[in-house]
Amino acid sequence: MKLDQIVEMLKLKVYSCPNHLNKEVTGGYSSDLLSDVMGFAKEGQIWITLQTHKNTMGVASLKDLSAIILVKGFTPDTDTLELSEQEGIPVLGTDMDCFELCGKLYNLLN
Amino acid sequence: MEVKADLHIHTTLSPCGDIEMSPRNIVKKALERGLGIIAITDHNSTLQAPIIEKLGKREGLMVLCGAEITTKEEVHVIVLAPAPKELELLQSYLSSNLIKVPNNPNVFGYQLVVDEDENVIHQEDSLLIGAIDKSIEEVEQFAKRINALFIPAHIDKQQNSLIGQLGFLPPSLKPDALELSPRCVFESFISNNAYLRGNSFITSSDAHYCNQIGSAPCNLDIKEPTFEEVRRAIALLKK
Repeated sequence: MKLDQIVEMLKLKVYSCPNHLNKEVTGGYSSDLLSDVMGFAKEGQIWITLQTHKNTMGVASLKDLSAIILVKGFTPDTDTLELSEQEGIPVLGTDMDCFELCGKLYNLLN
Repeated sequence: MEVKADLHIHTTLSPCGDIEMSPRNIVKKALERGLGIIAITDHNSTLQAPIIEKLGKREGLMVLCGAEITTKEEVHVIVLAPAPKELELLQSYLSSNLIKVPNNPNVFGYQLVVDEDENVIHQEDSLLIGAIDKSIEEVEQFAKRINALFIPAHIDKQQNSLIGQLGFLPPSLKPDALELSPRCVFESFISNNAYLRGNSFITSSDAHYCNQIGSAPCNLDIKEPTFEEVRRAIALLKK
């Protein structure tokens, strides 16, 4: 499924990179530990987290993730957005909590 | 005598450390700011510290060597080694337990060990801001085993701090001190975390840029510039 379809169906906020939503999403990974994501997330997955700092974008870039979704209304730090634009990896957001968002996303992708 | 100390300083070896954070610049700035003791604490590596210690010794600045360790829970902890032998043990502990991911300097920044004359003598290929595969309890036990100081870093911050990651100071931990970030207001912090009274508190700059060095020093009352005196002085900072 394409990222822009997910954004539309889950009514996600787009904090950065509106021109990079035409990507194929291969799956999802939910974790708030960066080292866990570094070790186990796979290319093309969308990452669901509550961490808002710049290193999230570093990890997303390292693992070639398709996008980051921030849950519970968390908003990205300014330097996260700068790195996001540089790397072409969108930061998205929702007011849903992690459990609810993951459930909906899982149903969409499977 | 009271000596101003800044016990949390990064260098060019930390990917997030500014390229100006060379041994020469750090020692110069520390002396300019009236510091008598600094500690070199790069992310998960000690390799730059001994070079700065040697330079500091010549210039009359006491330099403690250690690292800012990222535990498995992604809590940042300062560990300071008492002597070169223990520093080597700390380095091999870090090298063997750091989760190996290659650094991408364009995203995270360069990781360089620089000598006194600002020549690059080593580029670290493994990303140093990852976590090691050891829990905070295991890191504390290791630190005690090598007689090092164990100080959870910037505990008032949300990101990568003991309280941010775990929610509280686990009763099983017996840190030598708790570090507060430069912008922390102690009275409001402690009124929200009253159970932490009785611990030693230090403030440090967590400098990544030269102009941050010494921005939040703590005063250590030492008789002579030795590691054991620093340990004793930190123990006296109980609040």
